[in-house]
Amino acid sequence: MIADFFTITVLVGILTSGIRLATPYLFAAIGETFSQRSGVLNLGVEGQMLLGAFAAFYVSYITGNLWLAVLVAIVVGALMGLIMAFVSVNLQAQQGISGIGFYLFGLGASDLLFQKLVGTVKIANSFSPVYIPVLSEIPGLGEIIFQQNVLVYVAFALVPVAWFVLNRTTLGLKIHAAGENPAAADSLGVSIAGVRYFTIILGGILSALAGASLSIAQSNVFQQGMTSGIGFIAVALVYFGGWRPWGVLGGALLFSMVNALQLWIQVKGVGIPSDIAVMMPYVLTILVLVASVSRVRGPSALTKPFEREN
Amino acid sequence: MRSRLNSLIDALMPVLATLAALAVGAVMLLVLEVNPIQAYAALWDGAFGSSNAMAETLVKATPLLLVALGICIAFRGDVTNIGGEGQMIIGALLATWVGLTFTSLPGWVVVSLALLAGFLGGAVWGGIPGFLKAYFNVNEILSTVMMNAIAVQLMNFLLRGPMIDPAQAQLASKIPQTARLLEIFRLPRVGTTRLHLGALLAVGLAILVYILLWRTTLGYRIRAVGQNPHAARYAGINVKRYMVLALLLSGAFAGLAGAVQVFGVNYRMITDGSASGFTGSAGFNGIVAALFGQLHPLWSIPASILFGALLVGANKMQRVVQVPSALVIALNGLVVVFVVSSEIWRRRRQKRRLADEPASKPGPDASAPAKVTP
Repeated sequence: MIADFFTITVLVGILTSGIRLATPYLFAAIGETFSQRSGVLNLGVEGQMLLGAFAAFYVSYITGNLWLAVLVAIVVGALMGLIMAFVSVNLQAQQGISGIGFYLFGLGASDLLFQKLVGTVKIANSFSPVYIPVLSEIPGLGEIIFQQNVLVYVAFALVPVAWFVLNRTTLGLKIHAAGENPAAADSLGVSIAGVRYFTIILGGILSALAGASLSIAQSNVFQQGMTSGIGFIAVALVYFGGWRPWGVLGGALLFSMVNALQLWIQVKGVGIPSDIAVMMPYVLTILVLVASVSRVRGPSALTKPFEREN
Repeated sequence: MRSRLNSLIDALMPVLATLAALAVGAVMLLVLEVNPIQAYAALWDGAFGSSNAMAETLVKATPLLLVALGICIAFRGDVTNIGGEGQMIIGALLATWVGLTFTSLPGWVVVSLALLAGFLGGAVWGGIPGFLKAYFNVNEILSTVMMNAIAVQLMNFLLRGPMIDPAQAQLASKIPQTARLLEIFRLPRVGTTRLHLGALLAVGLAILVYILLWRTTLGYRIRAVGQNPHAARYAGINVKRYMVLALLLSGAFAGLAGAVQVFGVNYRMITDGSASGFTGSAGFNGIVAALFGQLHPLWSIPASILFGALLVGANKMQRVVQVPSALVIALNGLVVVFVVSSEIWRRRRQKRRLADEPASKPGPDASAPAKVTP
């Protein structure tokens, strides 16, 4: 019975969409890893994603130029990050709450702009799969990994890059210091504000790209609230991944595979109501948090604004 | 004199934050080529233009206030409850179930039972993240957000399946809604408006929550844990227990908001399948109202009315100047950002005040500002 459902074709299909679905989680969670490692909890990811998704969709819809769309999304994300950095670093606002504010702003503003500038469901240009020569012809594996759109490749390439920057560069050391002991780092001449501005803006850019990957790669439309909680799950994935890029990758894959399975269950109608199936990733997040949070310790200065003693 | 001036400035901060948010909103409107004065005039007219408009404002303010009361408790205990949406849903589901099941009991019995069920449902949904935070160190912001998503799916499942209105089940449209409550179970209304008894209940509870937080041991301990968990532990307070209690009570009020919404406004549970289909985002907007009311139950009353007015006015604005009501969601977000950002000036003044008068000890008085840095 089970064997009937899990034929090789089905399995390849689920894995392929699982890899593709991991993209927004990866972009957002890697960005969040940077900001949390430097001591800042960015809870506005979902809002940044929505604005990024809209910006990319709109530019693609108007101009048809996908790379311009990506560029504009990056600019929008950087701007959101800049404002958030000012609020968390200079104004020392409580990060959990200001993040919710940024989320609501992104949710409302992206919907407002969509309704005013586009109006109804419109289809925009979107990235099509890029077949990597030779590799894409490997049976099974080729289809799963090497026939994806370009943003998927970028997202996965980010993982080793992030690992390298965080663990093998001076910048990574400064980020780590800002998140663990900002006072000590400050006395050694590290600009805590500078480091945190950098990580929060980077987080904003990557969140916006996560949104763009939804609106101009995974689909070709924009819908109100289309991120459906991915931004919040991405924040949870950072905890799950123990603030390490490879851990985050593991979490993102776990999630996207469960999601892919869940979508397939919905299509197949395997006796589980679709609403219950959609619930699965969220239940999993909570279980995963229970299992992981007590295991790994986060950055000591996470959510603590830094103020120099006079 | 100086301290009175200071508290006046503190009280004005949220108003300034709102004005700042409206100013940013005006810029957005200008970009969209809408006259902001016209838009805001329509908003005002929609919210306060007639007695019916004012009644609608209060109807919208009621769930906001109930959620905000819970938020006051949670945030005073230094736990962040973002789960109002889910807690409202679970509360409403349980209350609706009571209302549809015990149809042979007297009206007042069923209404009381249903509201209690809503309260308890919300308490469970808020208590779970509280328990996970206290005993498994799970960040409650994340767990409450996840609990929201789970509640939405549970609601969609129940309203499309086991709890669907039998009449809808026959039709092809299959609108996700339950059957209507019996007439004797509905909360009484004022005249021809939709203003219902729940509004009065919410105001009464605001006074009760004020008493709870500042006149009872339970409230004192919740606030003590919120202000300084280490000191509270030395004082012999079971910190974990009060963390769970703060989230549990917080969820209970949101659950009650959901129940009141069903028994006072819609007379059935109905959604459109979207995440905010039932709640109308009251679970989030209640946070905004509570922050705006400086986490004080009584100040939360005018704050809820303000945000209720924004929501009602937004509909009129949409009709008159074709500005999508999504603008108001964005404005609420900006208000939150501005309010938490403006806390820095309050903290600085407080620091200066303490430095000025080192002899006087700050007591746990009612107007003490919310502790904002965790």
